[in-house]
Amino acid sequence: MSILPQLAFLLILGAAGYILSKRIQFLRRNILLGKAETRNDQSENRWKTMLLVAFGQQKMFSRMIPAFLHLLIYVGFLVINLEVLEFVLDGILGTHRLFAPILGGAYTAAINMFEFLAVAVLVSCVAFLIRRNVMKVERFTKPELKGWPALDANLILVIEIILMFAILTMNATDQILAARGDEHYLALGTLFFSSFLQPLFEGFSYGALVAIERFAWWFHIVGILAFAIYVTYSKHLHIFLAFPNTWYSNLKPKGEMQNMPEVTNEVNMMLGIPVENPAEPPAEIGRFGAKDINDLSWINVLNAYSCTECGRCTSECPANLTGKKLSPRKIMMDVRDRAEEVGKSIDTGGPGLADGKSLLGDYITKEEINACTSCNACVEACPVNIDPLSIILQLRRYVAMEESGTPAQWNAMFQNMETSFSPWKFSPSDRFNWAEKVKEEEMK
Amino acid sequence: MSTYKVPTMAEMASNGQTPEVLFWVGCAGSFDERYKAVTQAFVKILNKVGVSFAVLGPEETCTGDPARRAGNEFLFQMQAVANIQVMNGYEVKKVVTACPHCFNTIKNEYPALGGNYEVIHHSQFLQQLINEGKVRLQGGGEFKGKKITFHDSCYLGRANDVYEAPREVIKALDVELVEMKRCKTKGLCCGAGGAQMFKEPEAGKKDINIERTEEALATGAQAIAVGCPFCLTMMTDGVKNKEREAEVKVYDLAEMIAKDMGI
Repeated sequence: MSILPQLAFLLILGAAGYILSKRIQFLRRNILLGKAETRNDQSENRWKTMLLVAFGQQKMFSRMIPAFLHLLIYVGFLVINLEVLEFVLDGILGTHRLFAPILGGAYTAAINMFEFLAVAVLVSCVAFLIRRNVMKVERFTKPELKGWPALDANLILVIEIILMFAILTMNATDQILAARGDEHYLALGTLFFSSFLQPLFEGFSYGALVAIERFAWWFHIVGILAFAIYVTYSKHLHIFLAFPNTWYSNLKPKGEMQNMPEVTNEVNMMLGIPVENPAEPPAEIGRFGAKDINDLSWINVLNAYSCTECGRCTSECPANLTGKKLSPRKIMMDVRDRAEEVGKSIDTGGPGLADGKSLLGDYITKEEINACTSCNACVEACPVNIDPLSIILQLRRYVAMEESGTPAQWNAMFQNMETSFSPWKFSPSDRFNWAEKVKEEEMK
Repeated sequence: MSTYKVPTMAEMASNGQTPEVLFWVGCAGSFDERYKAVTQAFVKILNKVGVSFAVLGPEETCTGDPARRAGNEFLFQMQAVANIQVMNGYEVKKVVTACPHCFNTIKNEYPALGGNYEVIHHSQFLQQLINEGKVRLQGGGEFKGKKITFHDSCYLGRANDVYEAPREVIKALDVELVEMKRCKTKGLCCGAGGAQMFKEPEAGKKDINIERTEEALATGAQAIAVGCPFCLTMMTDGVKNKEREAEVKVYDLAEMIAKDMGI
């Protein structure tokens, strides 16, 4: 045998590794465009959350049908990747089914299981394509999915279907060759699912079968490497980022808004309260709230890159349900798009963040963020613990404190609170009037 | 026979007394015409049970919640720090409130500003009183056997994971508790949170409280129970909008308990 295929394989593997490492650096840098935030407390709880929510898919199961289909693809992805290990070793060493002689009957059992999962993945992907394109499930037809996001979703499903077909085709032709007594191909006993494909290839010549088997092998492994690179451009990135994203979940009560200590000192001074530990003045004076991605925490940007645009958040959002422009999914997509734009600009020597654009204004409008009821339905719904509300509230802080651009009725509410210490315009001296009636009543 | 008492922290302090619990009334509880009845009902229960409590009275101000949610962190902290000074001055240890927004803010957000208290929502407080046998329900009251649905308020439910306490309180009334399609973790907002109470909604197809009211009415419930002043307003408006106010009433939990106790 020629050593050429091995060289070609190594070259492809090396090139894929190089491109992938470049892409990972790009993503990491983009995520870290966000502000520093330390969230390493309660590590035991964090591992547990990651195990339950990401690895165990706990939150997916609030919707049983997609959860089950997704589980099949997920398990398929995890388990079939074990076979990829053999593919890579075979590719490097120029061997064929390296583990077959070592594992014997267990190998056949394993391949049968991979085939079962390949079929399960295939069926699930077809079902998902139908849900998106035929049934047009409402959350997949929202305006923010028009164009690339919809194409991206379909591409992922189609690629996965083709990759699964490649595995089954390879096994089918491989076993026909083995049955014909070719020494290079090992008879593995019954491979249940791929045997159904065998009639398609029975009449083929030896040369044609070898060509098809090899093509399927190369197609599968190169396809997987290419897909790994594609994922870094795609919403499909959730397959990796769901894990760190859930580890960095907000573990505090969902109702708690993050404090702004930079405001506290000023407030204390205004109220004449001695400031015990005047914080060091910050090295660079930041904005109040967030206007662009660098004002958000890096965890907000990680959230955005972990979003697979499933839209469960949007489908539970009371504002979106009643026809307002706000869509929590769009908020996450906008953060990612803006981070990508800034990242690309920096890498091509452009102005980066100083390009005259910003997240608020060019991507997200005030109308969207003003419609939020802070009800946490989106946060609760997210299968990977993304927190769109945190971003919305930071944008609102910018609008209120840097632009004084809140709606007029909110400004009136602020005024009432400043003058009457209540959001409504009542005299503070009337606050206790409610008790007069009850104090006169005879206790029963 | 004596009348109901509503002692203030200032009065108690001047007598050298400290109550066990501060009842945080909130702005809606103080000023909203409809919701004042809830405050009064809760105070009657506290009197009846003999809970050692006091209110801040004229010294109470808004917790700052709507200002914070609308983005005005300065105003929020001005309110919060001033409230914390007053409460710490009275050495408050425990706070009970009927408003989930006040509950969330004092419980979760005041600690970062130096206000550390044990904070419970009145649904939890009522549940404790019922469990301890301190609130004795007659069970034969006007709610007996009726279909009642409970609307989860976001700041009690998802925000703070309190789902069971209000339901236990309702069940104690010997009623049939029916759930809406979206309940507990999936409960639909009434539309008032995040400072929406204080402005008109953005343009859309429908108001959120109408959507939620339709869902509540679909259960066939004869009354909608709530545990939040904003939800009370939004659901009451929703029922009126659907012209069902004659048959379907909206009540706060405290009102239902007080009614059953005959006070």
